[in-house]
Amino acid sequence: MSGRRDGVSTDAAQNGPAGTVPAAAIVARPLGALIALPLRLLDAPMRALQRTIGERRMPYVFLAPNAAFFGVFVFLPIAINLWFSVTGGPALFLSERPYVGAGQYGYLFECGSFLDPNSCREDHFWRGVANTAKFTLFQVVAMVAFSLITAVVLNMKIRARGFFRAVYFFPVLLSPVVVALIWKWILQRDGLLNAAITSLGGQKILFFVDPGWAMFWAVLVSVWAHMGFYTLILLAGLQAIPADLYEAAEMDATPRWRVFRRITLPMLWPNMVVVIVLALIKGVQTFDEVFVLTGGGPGTATLMVVQYIYETAFSNQVQNFGLAAAASCVLGVVLFGLTLAQLAASRRRAT
Amino acid sequence: MKMIAKALLLALALAAGVCPALAQTSLRMTWYSDGNEGEVMADLLKRFESKNADIKVVLDQVPVNETLPVQLASGQGPDMARVGDMGGLARYMLDLRPYLKNAAYWEANYAPFLAWMRVPGDTSSIPGFMTQLTLTGPFVNKTLFEQAGIAMPDSKATWQEWAKATKEVAAKTGAAFPIAFDRSGHRFFALAISQGATVFNAAGEPAVVDEGFKRAAQLIAEWHKSGIMSKELWGSVAGSAYRGANEEFKNAQAVMYMSGSWQIGQFDKTVGDAFDWVAVPTPCGPANCSGMPGGAALVGIKATRHPAEVARVLDYLASEEIVAEFYARSLFVPGHLGLAAKGVDYKTASPQAKAALKVFSDEVSKLDPLAYRLQGYTSNRIVFNAVISRLGQAVTGEATLDEAYGRITQDIAQQIAERNKK
Repeated sequence: MSGRRDGVSTDAAQNGPAGTVPAAAIVARPLGALIALPLRLLDAPMRALQRTIGERRMPYVFLAPNAAFFGVFVFLPIAINLWFSVTGGPALFLSERPYVGAGQYGYLFECGSFLDPNSCREDHFWRGVANTAKFTLFQVVAMVAFSLITAVVLNMKIRARGFFRAVYFFPVLLSPVVVALIWKWILQRDGLLNAAITSLGGQKILFFVDPGWAMFWAVLVSVWAHMGFYTLILLAGLQAIPADLYEAAEMDATPRWRVFRRITLPMLWPNMVVVIVLALIKGVQTFDEVFVLTGGGPGTATLMVVQYIYETAFSNQVQNFGLAAAASCVLGVVLFGLTLAQLAASRRRAT
Repeated sequence: MKMIAKALLLALALAAGVCPALAQTSLRMTWYSDGNEGEVMADLLKRFESKNADIKVVLDQVPVNETLPVQLASGQGPDMARVGDMGGLARYMLDLRPYLKNAAYWEANYAPFLAWMRVPGDTSSIPGFMTQLTLTGPFVNKTLFEQAGIAMPDSKATWQEWAKATKEVAAKTGAAFPIAFDRSGHRFFALAISQGATVFNAAGEPAVVDEGFKRAAQLIAEWHKSGIMSKELWGSVAGSAYRGANEEFKNAQAVMYMSGSWQIGQFDKTVGDAFDWVAVPTPCGPANCSGMPGGAALVGIKATRHPAEVARVLDYLASEEIVAEFYARSLFVPGHLGLAAKGVDYKTASPQAKAALKVFSDEVSKLDPLAYRLQGYTSNRIVFNAVISRLGQAVTGEATLDEAYGRITQDIAQQIAERNKK
């Protein structure tokens, strides 16, 4: 019944005022029928399956392909990773790797004090943890602050608003490696920034030799590269705030700062929570751009956990897959916790 | 009928053309380059294919061989590969001996280096040949010395004398790097062996931190403190990452650059006549004036399904005439005893490059036996990586030298224990 009704409406839409059939429709109709053919062929077996297993179980049939995909590409690698983390030795195949129980985890957690990486057996891992925590904290604060300011400004009626929205989003489209290389050219000894500093009579600054500067630029470059995405989320939130609230505030002659504090921020808070949690997850996962920008240096001042995992598994002569897998699992647990927080925040937002 | 006959003839002619192509064996060679050697190899392979229509070699040129160990561990990977970590990958190498036309030729010309490609206990296999023998050693910007009006130290000068001279030159010319030293454990051991490091204990196990080693480490630390070495190389990255100073040397920012013979081809091309550069003999320490040998080998891979064809390709490339051309065009020190004795005619090299090649060739005789032993040690990269990673931290002030020594010993022991887990 519905099919016939759709057909009628399509005909009405396609036919011109004089009732002539446009040329495109002549091609499109048989083509559509041709494309629909395999789907129609599926119709009969699907109906048969529905009769056999019942209508209630049919959703699982439709979920099965996706579940199989996730199983092979997500859950199976997680299981393999877990198994790697309880084995040792340099062999690649699980069948050739000796079982070591929780040995890799024990080695990873062998610490005098978790607050002092130097007291840990695997100090590079704990330096990575400390650096990642520091990086994430600064990055999230800066990311939220800059994204919020940018979103508020881009939500105002300013000239060339569309252009500026595109400009702030543009870095998101760049590959992290490209972002890092561009900034490296700017920040290196003979880079653009030092050229500007010396032309103004200043002394060259070796940004990648000083731990403070290196961390500062790692955070700033990350904020620059990803801010556009978070700005977009906040901008969407700002546009969803009913205009009549602002009109009422204007009628009451409420000061701007008070409007921002009492209307904008509370109404935007659910989006802010999403931004904070997503930026947290992204911060913990950081690797590529910092790796290319600073190489984890100076010393280990910007060595992140993911870089530690990568180097332990692939860069050393003995490719210590077991230890790297154990560190991955620890990182995975942290990320899982953050993801749960994000889900909880999203749910609260929905209600 | 005529039509059918013509069609049959056409089909036969097509089959005749296609069959040899079908019978062709395709081999893959993974190759990384320091200079122009990839182009030279591509050229030589074309020549090989023109003489051996049944073999096609696909040359996969890669920036570094970082993924090769994982490929090989998984039983995949190429049929042949150019490798720098010979000892570490020895267990994946193919013994070409049963397939070679004349194994005696290989033994006569490549014998000392074959040991570097063998697993411990193996004294007879022939996995491949040296595409280059490298020697560590310093390059000097002679023009900066002339501009500063300071005489270059002589060929028997010590590291400390060079440090003093380069610092003076840098002060007078404004060069930022008096000594630029590759961030590499391999290069560090050239200094350490000259300072009397012994590397191994009586049982042949690595016992890296000794008085000679400490002398070298202290020199590195002092040079960083006094500005002779910049933290931009050793201090700017984490872990065992390599950092060279090619750009700094090319831009006349480094007075002396401690690297190795593999850079000659690149400097010949990139520096051009911008300034005069020379290779100088390795500076001396209290023990000797030795550098470190090294190099890269082109080897067959055990997992290949075509060992005989791999051996044919390598037999051709390792033959004296071809390998001589390869060394000459790539500006490499020969890793072939016959050619080392005869000398290679580097026709395409500039006078500066020829002079540098002569210096490095002469350095071979000064190599300490310990340098050869360390290069041939299967787990040498474990030692190199631990040393560079921890001394890098000491240079930036993250750890004291004493802490670094302790960590180096622990790291080496832990990695070797991990490797031995079966």
